Amino acid sequence: MNQQTVNPDQLALDTAAKRRDFRIIANLVTPGSRVLDIGCGDGGLLALLQREKQIDGRGIELSQAGVNACVARGLFVVQGDADSDLENYPDNGFDTVILSQTIQATRNPKTVLEHLLRIGERAIVSFPNFGHWHIRGSLIAFGRMPVTKSLPATWYETPNIHFCTIHDFIDLVGEVGAKTEGIAAFKADGSPLPLSRPAWLLNLIASEAMFVLRR
Amino acid sequence: MNDGPDNVALKAGEFDSEVIHFPDTQPLVLDSGGEIAPLTIAYKTYGSLNAARSNAILVCHALTGDQHVANTHPVTGKEGWWSLMVGPDKPIDTDRYFVICANVIGGCMGSTGPASIDPATGKPYGLDLPLITVRDMVRAQAMLLDALEIETLFCVTGGSMGGMQVLEWVATYPDRVFSAIPIATAARHSAQNIAFHEVGRQAVMADPEWRNGRYQTEGTNPRKGLAVARMAAHITYLSESALHRKFGRSLQDRDALTFGFDADFQIESYLRYQGMSFVDRFDANSYLYLTRAMDYFDLVADHDGVLANAFMGSKTRFCVVSFTSDWLFPTEGNRDIVHALNAAGAHVSFVEIDTDKGHDSFLLDVPELMATMSGFLSACGRARGLAEAAP
Repeated sequence: MNQQTVNPDQLALDTAAKRRDFRIIANLVTPGSRVLDIGCGDGGLLALLQREKQIDGRGIELSQAGVNACVARGLFVVQGDADSDLENYPDNGFDTVILSQTIQATRNPKTVLEHLLRIGERAIVSFPNFGHWHIRGSLIAFGRMPVTKSLPATWYETPNIHFCTIHDFIDLVGEVGAKTEGIAAFKADGSPLPLSRPAWLLNLIASEAMFVLRR
Repeated sequence: MNDGPDNVALKAGEFDSEVIHFPDTQPLVLDSGGEIAPLTIAYKTYGSLNAARSNAILVCHALTGDQHVANTHPVTGKEGWWSLMVGPDKPIDTDRYFVICANVIGGCMGSTGPASIDPATGKPYGLDLPLITVRDMVRAQAMLLDALEIETLFCVTGGSMGGMQVLEWVATYPDRVFSAIPIATAARHSAQNIAFHEVGRQAVMADPEWRNGRYQTEGTNPRKGLAVARMAAHITYLSESALHRKFGRSLQDRDALTFGFDADFQIESYLRYQGMSFVDRFDANSYLYLTRAMDYFDLVADHDGVLANAFMGSKTRFCVVSFTSDWLFPTEGNRDIVHALNAAGAHVSFVEIDTDKGHDSFLLDVPELMATMSGFLSACGRARGLAEAAP
């Protein structure tokens, strides 16, 4: 287990970002389908999907507290992480695999993404957009790694070791040969951005992005 | 229990347990090809079976455990081995669940084992008892449940060799287990563990009082051999850091080294005590049989080299538990079970509990274990439609 030290504020904010994702993901998930939520925390999303979509859900979670909370709610969750555990999941085991606000914290995002597409018919991946103007501006203006409201940890404390921008992620999707079925982008306050905007602009003003991918 | 079939006699036994006898007409057919008849199973129950007979939890004991889960042990006078886990308001809540634990076949607390009388000779079996496997133990438990008219277990749980029985239960009787909690176990016994067992068996057999297993008829007892076996095994149940924390290099009732082979160190004294107290409650031949059963356990080989095959189509809800400092049944082996269950599409949770207490953690006061057990069981209880315990 590589337990990483996580700033509690960071955790709380991550959870807020995740909660924003929940509603959108819930609308994407087919009733009765098989769903794997990687980094499922205390099982909020799985419980929601089980309640509203009667899914057959499974989770992966690193923290003991998260796993215990899930188990007590009657959810099925394996203690582990995306980097080391996904290779043991069989091909096509799930209809939808969810990686919410986590890919930037994995050691090998490309391998993780490939596993998501192998295990699930469809992958939903959301991440903080490092191309956001606030981050760019902060780096230009102060010459330091940005510490923002949505990314509050200092560079030496952050569990986020592989930041990317929306453009970077689109490149990675192309590299692993996946098809993009849908994209959503959100402002810092969580409100959705119209996708009619050009990609360069989204990459500048979205603080978070969510991709729905298929093999 | 008075509702067993007619051909089954039930009486209170000499081991402060309920005892069930299966006549010659109901033999236990063994993996080795042999059979045991008549068969005796000694067991304890706690709590009460509900009207729907749907709240039974089978607890499977480990190598040196027995059926005395949560009562005062009739031989040692100590609390039952899982009294922290089983009882009113405990994680395995006896106000809510009906708990059964049977002494395994091959054991020495009332169930048929090498110390039992062989009806063919009128003398103790000794090594004439056929070898027992974990699956044989489980088949015997199934016979007991049939006699108690319990079709489906709400849960089957146990640690170590108990966890092996849990896995075997699910593999052999997939429709009879609603939920399963294998703890600190493995789907196959490792080479290292077989090696430790062999050391223990050789210690027993090297004792001149062992007499090729006929020590009962010859009026001897290989106490020293069994004590050494227990001492060696006991080390494997702990962890280096736990040993260091508990004993360090502290001396036993003395201020300086004695320059001799007396028990200078506390750890030596502790192990000697563990060894000597063990022989008062355990039979040396049972130790041979049960360690052998564990050595032979290989659920992977039993399913054509693919563990997932053991769990295909399983409807059982699983919670697999391991401990970070357990080097006898390490997390890896438990994770293999989880991966196989995932590959089989089973419902599985997995918890790796961070503790320095080693393999014995499952017997000790480890709060995360208690929380996991009670949380999982409550959730399964809701799914099973069991009534909540009265407030």
